[in-house]
Amino acid sequence: MDYIEPHAHMVSRSTDDYEKMALAGCRAICEPAFWAGFDRSSPEGFRDYYRQLTDYEPKRAAKFGIPHFCWLCINPKEAEDAGFAREVMALIPDFIDSPTVLGIGEIGLNKNTRNELAIFEEHVQLALDHDLAILIHTPHLEDKLKGTRLTIDALANFPKLDRNRVIIDHVEEHTVDLVLDAGYWAGMTLYPESKCTLSRAVDILETHEGDRLWLNSACDWGVSDPLAVVKCGLEMRKRKHADEAIHRILFDNPKRFLSQCPNFRLD
Amino acid sequence: MPSKQELLDLQFIGARCQLIDLAAFLDRVDRHEGKSDFRLDALKKALPLLLEDRPDRARAVLEAFSDHSAEPAAKATIQGAFGAPTP
Repeated sequence: MDYIEPHAHMVSRSTDDYEKMALAGCRAICEPAFWAGFDRSSPEGFRDYYRQLTDYEPKRAAKFGIPHFCWLCINPKEAEDAGFAREVMALIPDFIDSPTVLGIGEIGLNKNTRNELAIFEEHVQLALDHDLAILIHTPHLEDKLKGTRLTIDALANFPKLDRNRVIIDHVEEHTVDLVLDAGYWAGMTLYPESKCTLSRAVDILETHEGDRLWLNSACDWGVSDPLAVVKCGLEMRKRKHADEAIHRILFDNPKRFLSQCPNFRLD
Repeated sequence: MPSKQELLDLQFIGARCQLIDLAAFLDRVDRHEGKSDFRLDALKKALPLLLEDRPDRARAVLEAFSDHSAEPAAKATIQGAFGAPTP
């Protein structure tokens, strides 16, 4: 089945994963900037990472016929050192005009600290200054509920922000209403052990208006599955969702959000 | 949408497996030496939520495992998360 993977960390995945995704019907991959699993030792490490995201990874994906796009930022886990984070953020304008950049992301909070919040707000301002869409990470496990509330409160301080161009990711049952009721898009991340399982994601789809929801695998170097989105489509089919409804969630919805980014194109 | 009977046909064995796995996890922790911590306390506190007659048990369990403080933290002392709020 045709689908878009709107959140995958392909720098951490093998070439075999690209092949499997292509065979499964993946029509586009979007890759937010994230934590490498360890803290970089210098801001210049991010310059190489942004080169990888904007230059090398699109070429790797193209070998399998999949367009590859990216989001740029310094991730929340490395934002606690605000001075370091600002040095990294100063590099972003050098890459913002690259032809596959969609916007600023995945920004947000990790341990819900004051420094993380300050850097988050500076990223939002950067996106506004360049008229870019925003992809927001919400914290893990016990920190998610508080972090989602703090994120939404902080966004309320930006009256010029178009909420239709902001997606708040990794929602679960206890945060999805907060995000949708505030007028933002919400992403459900399909993980085997944390975030949403396939069944729970379908539960959320069955109990919410689906116009501003998308699914993603957020596959990375941890426990994750690059085929999770299409497997969730199969889970929907097992639960008697119509093919049109499956296509809407797996393809039309992400396409509708991402089409607000001038660089997003499906050839 | 599937009926209750169809959902049971589709998912009962999986749910049964997850419940037995949880029971075995509790047995395993009990059987081994050393002290437990706040995570097991949080797990046991959440278990009765499963038997409540309500439509949002998953949400209630997630909220039981959540930090309910409101103010931003002064600083981060770790980068990861435990799965249950620290006491």
